[in-house]
Amino acid sequence: MTADRALWLHLGVLAALLAAHFIAPAYHHTNIARIMVLAIYAMGYNIAFGYTGLLSLGHALLFGAGLYGAGLLVYHAGAGAPAALVAGVLAGGAMACAVGLLALRTAGVAFMIVTLMFAQAGYLTILYFGSYTRGDEGIVIPRAARMLGGLDLSDDGTRYLVALLLFAVALLVNLALVRSPFGRIMVAMRENEERSRMLGFNPFTVKLAALTVSGLYAGLSGAAYGLLFGYVGASLASVQYSILPLLYVLLGGAGTVLGPFLGALLMFYLIDYASAVTDAHQFVTGAALVLLILFAPKGILGTLRARAIRWLP
Amino acid sequence: MAAVTLLQARGLTRHFDGLKAVDGVDFELAQGEIHALIGPNGAGKTTFVSLLSGRIPVQSGTIRFNGRDITRLPAYRRVREGIAYTFQITQIYGSLSVFDNVALATQSRHSHRLADDTEAALARVGLEDRADQVAGTLSYGHQRLLEVAMGLALKPKLLILDEPTQGLAMGEIETFKEIVRSVVPEATVLLIEHNMDVVMDLAQRITVLNFGEVLATGTPGAIRANAAVQTAYLGG
Repeated sequence: MTADRALWLHLGVLAALLAAHFIAPAYHHTNIARIMVLAIYAMGYNIAFGYTGLLSLGHALLFGAGLYGAGLLVYHAGAGAPAALVAGVLAGGAMACAVGLLALRTAGVAFMIVTLMFAQAGYLTILYFGSYTRGDEGIVIPRAARMLGGLDLSDDGTRYLVALLLFAVALLVNLALVRSPFGRIMVAMRENEERSRMLGFNPFTVKLAALTVSGLYAGLSGAAYGLLFGYVGASLASVQYSILPLLYVLLGGAGTVLGPFLGALLMFYLIDYASAVTDAHQFVTGAALVLLILFAPKGILGTLRARAIRWLP
Repeated sequence: MAAVTLLQARGLTRHFDGLKAVDGVDFELAQGEIHALIGPNGAGKTTFVSLLSGRIPVQSGTIRFNGRDITRLPAYRRVREGIAYTFQITQIYGSLSVFDNVALATQSRHSHRLADDTEAALARVGLEDRADQVAGTLSYGHQRLLEVAMGLALKPKLLILDEPTQGLAMGEIETFKEIVRSVVPEATVLLIEHNMDVVMDLAQRITVLNFGEVLATGTPGAIRANAAVQTAYLGG
């Protein structure tokens, strides 16, 4: 019964997002499409951080791998959107696996620093090879390349529905993953690595697998972002994009399936409204985070799960 | 004894800087026995079983288990070979349910009957009614039993129990002794224990460690009568 309840809740959220397609005003319609794509990124981050306990400060590298994996293929090879999307996903996963092989030799603060360092190196690499990546200026993906099997991704309605489709797949796969035996092992690794080792699990391979899945998500999100919104630029691989998913996940609730989306939604609109009222919108964001850490360190859904809805996955 | 040797350690050594925690220990476990490891505090008992379970790398010497050299095998691989270790300080997943704690052990050996095997392991220690409880909210005694259930769920060939009765009440110790007796002879038990009543009651053989070396090995009767052991440990 518990299993069904959770599944219905997630399907309900997807249904609500489908309904929003028909009723949301144009401004919010575009925002929500963007939020869903960023939420895929945050879900991936959550698989590494929220479930497996890997606090990375370098996920922008994985998002950037997806972004440029798709963007460069379109820009230089004239590939179509489907191939670019697949390439982006694979680039994210491969980058995560490669970084993980090295970075997972460390843990804790050292892991944070090593991942941050890799991401900075990646960001500077994008700038260094500016003749290929167009560096700061970025690549505008031509409309002709933003066709997915007859669908025009630059059209607002199509873009929303494609974003929703990708989000739905990502969300349901995430739900299935955390309820699977492997999901239990990821949590075990987060809770007590030494105990898990003495139950016969190899911490290194478990963490590498989780990080690679996280990279596939980040790659999908990056590729989708480039193709749906038509822009690929180095700013999207900067350190800010390593911190964003962390904030989303902390706000929504680390280790909850819906937390990344909720966090992305609230943080997006918090910044949006705050910047309409004041230039110091970063101060508002900061204050919100301080309040969160003081009063609900488990995030919104994490707190709700601890207090009331124990069955929330 | 015509028993089959399950585990054999030869010249096992581990020094920490100047401290000879384990120093050239020869040791054998017979298949299906309950073997107790005793010795004063700091005698090297926990270090010794950590070498057997792979938590601490061996400095020199060899370990053979079930006919195979496992000296260089990492800890998680030894678990898969059939060596289960239960911690001296309770190490459970406090925020997970009791069921999930044991299920992790069950799925570690790729059981195809995850729920059934997990419930069976819980039933063996009498925790089947608490499967849905969050493990961290169990009483201390029940947490120790949960730790043992995780060891049993691994279906090990060798179960190493590191001071399992520490902090348990009298009644709980009786329950615990019944559980250990039910493990043999399918599995073998190596027990580190300070409670001499438990040791004398359960063990078929006892090894006494002192300053990282084996002082004596033998039946409970022989150990009790051993003059060297009495001087070093049993208080003259």
